[in-house]
Formats: sequence, structure tokens, C-alpha cells
Amino acid sequence: MEATAAPPSRPSLKARRRRSSTLTGRDRMWLWLMVGIPAFLHIALVWIPAGLTVALSFSEWDNLAPLSDISATGFRNYWIIFTIFEGDLFAALFNNLMLVVWLTVCSAVGMLFAYLLDKNVRGSAIYQSIYYFPVVLSLAVVGFIWKSTMFSRDRGLLNEIWPGGPVDFVGDGSKLFSFDVPFLDPALGLSKNFAALLVAMAWRHIGYIMVMYLAGLKAVDPSLREAAQIDGCNEWQSFRRVVFPSLRPINVIVVVITVIEALRAYDIIAALNEPRGTDVMGTLVTKSLLGEGGGRVGFGSAYGVVLLLLCLGFIIWYVTNHYRESEI
Amino acid sequence: MSAVTLDGRSGSESAGFDPELFDQVRLRRAQRRGSKVKPMRMLLHGFLVVMAIGWLVPIGTAIYNSFRDYATDTRTNGPFAAPETLTLDNYRAAWDVGEMSKTFGNTAFIVIPALFLTLLLAAIVAYVCTRYSWKFNIVFLVLFTAGNLMPQQVLFQPLFQFFKYMPWPDFLSDTDTGNLLGTKIAVILIHVAFQIGFCTFVLSNFMKTIPKEISEAAAVDGAGVWRGFFQVILPLTRPALAALGTLEFTWLYNDFFWGSVLLNQGDERPITSSIAVLNGQYGSDFNLVAAASILIALPTLLVYLILQKQFISGLTLGASKG
Repeated sequence: MEATAAPPSRPSLKARRRRSSTLTGRDRMWLWLMVGIPAFLHIALVWIPAGLTVALSFSEWDNLAPLSDISATGFRNYWIIFTIFEGDLFAALFNNLMLVVWLTVCSAVGMLFAYLLDKNVRGSAIYQSIYYFPVVLSLAVVGFIWKSTMFSRDRGLLNEIWPGGPVDFVGDGSKLFSFDVPFLDPALGLSKNFAALLVAMAWRHIGYIMVMYLAGLKAVDPSLREAAQIDGCNEWQSFRRVVFPSLRPINVIVVVITVIEALRAYDIIAALNEPRGTDVMGTLVTKSLLGEGGGRVGFGSAYGVVLLLLCLGFIIWYVTNHYRESEI
Repeated sequence: MSAVTLDGRSGSESAGFDPELFDQVRLRRAQRRGSKVKPMRMLLHGFLVVMAIGWLVPIGTAIYNSFRDYATDTRTNGPFAAPETLTLDNYRAAWDVGEMSKTFGNTAFIVIPALFLTLLLAAIVAYVCTRYSWKFNIVFLVLFTAGNLMPQQVLFQPLFQFFKYMPWPDFLSDTDTGNLLGTKIAVILIHVAFQIGFCTFVLSNFMKTIPKEISEAAAVDGAGVWRGFFQVILPLTRPALAALGTLEFTWLYNDFFWGSVLLNQGDERPITSSIAVLNGQYGSDFNLVAAASILIALPTLLVYLILQKQFISGLTLGASKG
């Protein structure tokens, strides 16, 4: 497919010039408007606010006060969130890290499901729709469905399989495990209620990733697998050496989905009205911005910039990956 | 790229193709399958069935218990016990507590225009960027793709201020504050601006596969830019639009963040954002929570059941490079 895409692009330079010269002035004006209006909307409501948040992170302002009250403070907000609020910041960052690790595991499980379903299983379509349906639910709703039956202290199903006494999985902020970090005041760890949320998120994430890989596996040339089998590869070798490498475009997308979902997680935590110990960066930003009594815009924006920087690395990696070779 | 080179190699090897050897190999493999693979198949099916049951347990128990009373039945007898009575009381209560007749209306008011505008604008941008070569189209596509991956929380504060200082005539708003803040229009705007990114990305991938000659022929026949869009490209893009529309519907419907931070008055909130209401005094009636969750999940679940094919191809459209 890519081989056919490349050659015609060569002579198209000439064609391109001819085409643009046949455009009338009115057509050209229309083209500008057709791209200009949506682009303006997108830039004005996405990119400019992101830039302004970066600017606000270097300032001090109570958002109920008029705009003229904004005063520059240099790096003071960053200094404060990394020292005085280190307990909040690093606890949230650690939870985000846990999410990244956990959702990566879930992505691997999703790939396994896809691989198994791709084996001409009878009833594959039924399995597929069962594993997949949680994806159409909002994570907030997922949280509530799990809260109603799985998490309750009295009759929750999660309590049936959880070792030890009954745990209130929505409320119990005590740590499942924790460890001390040098130079950091509070110990980092995973709270029980956050662990419960991770289980609920897996329910939704695995099906999502499974569908992506199912589409990818359908596109793998069957003759490649035949060749690997004839050459004497066993199942694992043929997956590792033949199937997995040819899934590369899907792998890139899955990595981005997984990491970005983990970094900007918000819904399920905020909807269940997070108790202490379950903050992630998304809720930390929102809480400091909305806050009781006005909101501390400087701190909230500084938290936001930390989150943005974490995402940006992956965004840039993904976009360069996608557009490096593509020709439009 | 790797597929091409691998293909090339296998092609050169097949120059010495021996049909007899090929048949032997096939025969041996068929024999092996007959003897060894059967137990593995059983194991595979067993695994898939167990997993499927595990997947259905949370929603199945939620549905079952939503028809039972929590305090007198589920709490004492457990979630799997035979019901003492089946009742619709939880649904009635959830509908009233969540003010669902209003919040469902709010959702419709936000989702329908946002969906229509997003698809239309994204299709237009994708059309221009794939049909006409000009300097900035790759810049725009990169900007759109990257913008859609931004964390929403980072945009929130400046947007909040922007809507607050944006004058808006009262007769067009539902809040009468003279600005856009707290109106559903603000939520529609940010949905459109944000989702255009993903939709343009997907639609441009799709439109790239439509031969350029079709547009060129239309241009030779005298079709202008708009006719080339509405009468030539748009009809050909219909499958992608259907798939994307299904997917985007669930995304917009499921939005929790914008609905709750931009509409903090509560009265205007869409259904998904108003779910947090249940966490208050009714939060410990777990069967009421279950009933409310099912009611909120129902529209997207129905769309999924009816349009499953569209839905899945919508997701994977974005994944294939076209």
C-alpha cells in the first residue's frame, strides 16, 4: 500500500502547480475560510489557553479578582509546589505512574485477548462484543457501576476475594503498600481505594486495546505467518518475530492511548468524590483552580504545566512518528 | 516499510516453488492439527468463557440488583440471592433524584449540535488538506492531532476566564448573565474545538484513499470548491462519517469534565456530569446508584448494540494509516 503511495507523489509537483493555477481567486478565498475558521476555533480554544496556562503558572492571582490583579512571580509557584506541597504533588505523580504501569499491563492483556480471538474461534463476535461493551461507558459511570456492586463494604464482590477484613473501597485511603523516599516528606504508596479504581479501569481499558489490536491483526498478511510456520517457528517465535513487528503502527497508537489516558485520568476519581490519597494530576489541577474560596490560579497552573510537560513528550513522539513518512 | 521488504524476500524465494513439497507440508500440518490442537482449543474456549463471565459480572449484578431493594433485600441476603420482590422503585427514585428528565434534555441540547458541527468542520478541513496542496496543510494536521491529545485540565482556567469576559446576548442564553460562562453554548464550543482535532485526523486519513482523479475530473467539469466537497467527496466519505459519528456521539455523551467545570451552576449540567449528585445523601443506597448508572449508560449501550460495526470501525479508522 505504501509502495503505491510513494511514486505518484513525484510527478505531482507539476500537477500541483497546474492545479493551484487553475483556482480562481474566489475559490482560493473559500479555501482559506474553510480551513481558517475551524483552525481559528481550535487554536483559540485549545492552543492559546494552553499557552496562557503556562504564562499563569509564573504569576500570582486569585481568579475572583479582576485580570489587572495578576502579578508576575517568576518561578515561585514551582518552588512552592515542589517543596511545600510536595506531599500533594508527588502523591499525585505516583498515582499517575501507577496508572501508566497498570494500564500498560492491561494493554498487554488486551493484545492477548485480540490474539486469541484472532484464531478463528467459534463465537468470536460474541466474545468480542462482551469484552468491548464497557468502552462505550463513561469512566464516571464505570466508577458508579463498580461502586454499586463491587466496592461496597457490606456486600461488595471485591471484598469477597480481597484478603483480610472488609474494606470500604470507595473511602479507605490507607495504603496497600508504601515506601519512604529520601528527601521527600510523606511516604509514597498505593492506597486501597485507588487500587480498586485501577481494577475498574482495567475493565474498560482491556476491551479498547483489544479492538485496536484485532483490527491490526486482521491486516497482517497471512502469508507471513504461513511462511514463519513453514520455516519451523513455534507459536511464540512467530508472534515475537513476525506478527508483533508488523503491528508497529498499532503499537505506537496503543502506547499513546495508554499513556495519555493514564496521565489525564480524571473522570472516575472526581466522580467518586475522591478522598485523600487518590489524587492524580488531573484532579489536583482542577481542585487548585476551582478550590474553595477563589482558587489559587498560580499553583493550579503550575501543576497543569507539570502535567502538560509529561504529556507533551508523548504527543510529540506520536505526531512525528505519524507524519514523518506520510505524504498528503 | 518492513512489510514491503519481507514481502519482497518471500517473493524471491517462491521463484523455486515446489507444489509437491507445498502439499506435503500442508498435509503434515493438517495431521498435527487433528491430533494436538484439540485440547488447546478447549483450553482457549474455557479461558474465553471464564473471562466473558467475569466481564459481565459487574454490569449483570448491577442490573439485577437495581430491581431489588437495598436496605431490606440485597444488604441482608447478598447480591446473588433470589429476590424477595422485584421493583422499579430504584429507577423511579434515581430518575427523580438525578432530575433526569432535565439533564437528559441538557445532554441532547449539547451533544446534537456539537456532533453535527464537529463532523462538518472536520470534513471540510480534511477535504481541503487532502485535495488541495498548499503550504500549511501538514502544519494544520499536526496541530489538530496534537491538540486533541492535550490534557483538558490545562486548558480549563484560561477558557473559564475567556467565557466569563465574552459578552453574549441574554436572549440567546439560558443563564442571563450577559456572558458565555455557564451556558451550554460554551460547552458546545469547546467540544467542537477539541474534537475537530481527532475527526480531522481520521477523515483526512480516509480521504487520502479516495483517488485524486475524481476531484480533478469534477474540477475539469467545472465544479467549484464547494461542489467538489458536497457533491463529490462528502458522499464518498459517508461510511467514515457514520463510523466517526457513532464514536463521537458516545464520547460527547460521556463527557464528564467540561460539563462539570464549565456548568458549575448544576442546573445546566448534562446527564453524565450530574452523576456526582448521587454521591451525596443517596450514595449509600447502592441499588439506587446501580439504577442511576444503568439509566445513564442506556443510550450509549443501545447505540453500541445497534451500531456495533460502525462503532468499532470508527475506533480503528483512526488507527490505520489509510
